[in-house]
Amino acid sequence: MSWESVIGLEVHVQLATKSKIFSGSSTAFGAEPNRQASVIDLGMPGTLPVLNEEALSLAVRFGLAIGAQINQRSTFDRKNYFYPDLPKGYQISQFGEPIVGAGKLTIRAEDGSERIVGVTRAHLEEDAGKSLHEDYDGMTGIDLNRAGTPLLEVVSEPDLRSAAEAANYFRQLHALVRYLGICDGDLSQGSMRCDANVSIRPLGSSELGERTEIKNINSFRFVERAVTVEIARQIDVLESGGRIRQETRLFDPDRDETRPMRSKEDSQDYRYFPDPDLLPVIIDDAYIEAIRAELPELPEAKRRRYADELGLSDYDAGLLTDDPDIARYFEATLSAGAAAKPAANWVMGELSAALNRDAVDINSIPVGPDQLATLLARIADDTLSSKMAKTVFDALWQREGDVDEIIDKRGLKQVSDSSELQSLVDQVINDNPGQVEQFLAGKEKVLGFFVGQIMKATGGKANPKQINDLLRDALKRN
Amino acid sequence: MSNQQLLRQGVAAIARDLAAKKVSSRELTDDYLAAIEASDLNAYISVDADGARAAADKADADRLTGSPAHLLGVPIAHKDIFCTANTATTCASRMLEGFVPPYSATVVERLQAAGVVSLGKANMDEFAMGSSNENSAYGAAKNPWDTTRAPGGSSGGSAALVAAGLAAAATGTDTGGSIRQPAAFCGVSGIKPTYGRVSRWGMIAFASSLDQGGVLAPSVEDCAWLLSAMAGFDAKDSTSADVPALPDFAEEGLPPLRDGLRIGLPREYLTGIQGTVMATAFDEARRLLESAGAEFVDVSLTNTAAAIPAYYVISGAEASTNLSRYDGVRFGHRASDAIDLADLYCRSRSEGFGAEVKRRILTGTYALSVGYYDAYYVKAQKIRRLIQEDFLKAFEGVDLIMAPTTPGPAFRLGELSQDPVAMYQQDVFTVPASLAGLPAMSIPCGFDAGLPLGLQFIGPHFDEASVLSAGHAFQQRTDFHQQLPGATP
Repeated sequence: MSWESVIGLEVHVQLATKSKIFSGSSTAFGAEPNRQASVIDLGMPGTLPVLNEEALSLAVRFGLAIGAQINQRSTFDRKNYFYPDLPKGYQISQFGEPIVGAGKLTIRAEDGSERIVGVTRAHLEEDAGKSLHEDYDGMTGIDLNRAGTPLLEVVSEPDLRSAAEAANYFRQLHALVRYLGICDGDLSQGSMRCDANVSIRPLGSSELGERTEIKNINSFRFVERAVTVEIARQIDVLESGGRIRQETRLFDPDRDETRPMRSKEDSQDYRYFPDPDLLPVIIDDAYIEAIRAELPELPEAKRRRYADELGLSDYDAGLLTDDPDIARYFEATLSAGAAAKPAANWVMGELSAALNRDAVDINSIPVGPDQLATLLARIADDTLSSKMAKTVFDALWQREGDVDEIIDKRGLKQVSDSSELQSLVDQVINDNPGQVEQFLAGKEKVLGFFVGQIMKATGGKANPKQINDLLRDALKRN
Repeated sequence: MSNQQLLRQGVAAIARDLAAKKVSSRELTDDYLAAIEASDLNAYISVDADGARAAADKADADRLTGSPAHLLGVPIAHKDIFCTANTATTCASRMLEGFVPPYSATVVERLQAAGVVSLGKANMDEFAMGSSNENSAYGAAKNPWDTTRAPGGSSGGSAALVAAGLAAAATGTDTGGSIRQPAAFCGVSGIKPTYGRVSRWGMIAFASSLDQGGVLAPSVEDCAWLLSAMAGFDAKDSTSADVPALPDFAEEGLPPLRDGLRIGLPREYLTGIQGTVMATAFDEARRLLESAGAEFVDVSLTNTAAAIPAYYVISGAEASTNLSRYDGVRFGHRASDAIDLADLYCRSRSEGFGAEVKRRILTGTYALSVGYYDAYYVKAQKIRRLIQEDFLKAFEGVDLIMAPTTPGPAFRLGELSQDPVAMYQQDVFTVPASLAGLPAMSIPCGFDAGLPLGLQFIGPHFDEASVLSAGHAFQQRTDFHQQLPGATP
């Protein structure tokens, strides 16, 4: 039987506010345990939460970016459960009336095809602290620095149909929140985590199968693997006559499998109810419009602009706009005078390769957009061949100076002096009468032999186009 | 004047004596500390004699440099539900035995800034849950009018110590009557302001949507002086109301009774007291205010009977999650030798909480559970709205509502402690104003067999001034509030 998988993601986006969602404590990552936990974060008696307005505005910014309904009235609820890293014994979240209602995100597959994924809602909530199980011999350490960090939980519709699509959605949501500046996007520090709801059904069926939820996945690759292995597991179970149980599972990347965590029968009753410490949040049109006015150009619009106005292919436009820093770099290169196509090729080619090789951030590399634009200008004015340009790029990367200094220092200037080249051409023709005859007999390929000889003589610095022209003229004269 | 009379003469009178340098804050503080020492009412959970003397000395020094603060050097007590930085705050629970908060409640800070001296922390029902003070982990405070009787609750210690002259006044909190009922039982004045008028920051939560800080003192004027100092918007409490501040009543005095003030008499309340001494006292109060220029109108608050069940559902639901933080992990009581996490939670909470607190956590948890939420919590919220609407409708025709505070005088300690429902019925006249978030005040209006009775004024939202003005007008024409326990007429 053919199966169709049905996937929905719940992505927790850590909002880039300076202070926590309900207290003034810093949200900076990496402090000593419990140094960034105030009396409010500790849930001390008599303390009260006050909403950080910045978190609200970032949530609205997200909602506007996905064309969502912004709820002018939203409320906070308590989600009650006991856990040592949950100081109050409840998490403040939005259950009944979230700030962001239904919206949608257009995602693009590698082949350029597009799909619209529905976003059910996005709501604000506070993060819990961390339980540290390893370091305390038979006991658990509690670090409440993270407690109260603002999260935006983005819940998708079950619109995703494959593991690759799920990973793609996660990746493009990641790009979006970075464009919006609402999240630092640092997956290694848990800035975005996702839960995947996975079910399968016979292809063509419109009913949903029983689903499982894979908790707390923190990388694009793991999303793809976790969903892949879970789909395979579900197919195995159903095809061997079994039944899928609604349960929560964990993905173990080392063993490349998902494992049950708790079943629906053990699921807790969270006893959600409106938090009486926080009044409903009421926002007006002016508030929303002020945030809309500040929205940056979003990846989708940017991609279309690159294709329509800059003449880039859809694929190139997609690659360049995936990462806001790459797009910003690309646009700065254009502003410094480079043409779109070569700039795009270099950013996606040499530059991306170097970034990956050295695992560095584009904002801290030695080759700035100005330098890249100069390099491209030297190709355009025939000073450099593209082969030599790569050498110059590597030298720039090694901080050997600016483009023109490197060309000078290394003597990389392309030989375009016609008289110098002309004498070389004449000499090669005189020295190789046999090859000349072959060429004149119609063997075009022999031209490459002559070019090679001249390149050898100039140490690769001759302008290949010019040699071609000169050779053809000289050979015709024979 | 006897020493008890001096210490019971009230905030305004004491402040005037201090201003006239007839007495120093230090002398007064020492007198109060001695009276507390000699008292067996169990009205205080802890006394901070050193802190009080130091604060009194500072107040006296400030007076020499010309501080104009009206409340400078006036010794008061705080209900032990208000966090006081660096001094123990127990909420009368074993759970918080030894808990010393590093911060003070906004109420405590504001009164401190106004120059008051804090003598110590007043006894109360555990986590403010109770109407008799018998739920205190430290034993019940006793009613100074008859020590076999309850002082009321939950601010029973505050009421008892004010009545007995063990402080010039005391802070309290009122969730369903916890200021007004003990004020009535102990023959003192007590006001619960509008919800949102006084910051809840640092006030340990029982039921967040109902809890409201207030004050108990011998007279309405005393209450007004303190209320001006402690009330006002506080950015640290999201439910604090950003409304025009109360006048400084110490500076401006209380407004006189407005001629032609219309006072509503709620039918549903009065049928409950027919034929009692309370009914007689109530009628006399009505005649007296009529002769002072007020007009009385019958009003109906039709949903009154549903108030008690709705209140216990809502307050229990909120309490059940407000008290989740007491888990033995970060502060408060922790069971020793827990074998695992569940055991730590279970035993810490079983050992730390008293029976009534457990009862309310259980009923509140039940009311919020899947399958019961709509039938209990949602329905209770609907009733709450109906009760609010009843009041709003009544206030279209009247300026104030007058009602008894309680059906009768203080009951005996132990009399109701085995019957929680009968105990809950004690709040029948106070709970509706709490559900509606309205300002309400109880003042002494007579005696029943030597025990004080309370008269209640309920006002529109944020109209504490009218409530205080009516109470003050009544006290200018009566001396019930000046009667001292042990010397009843």
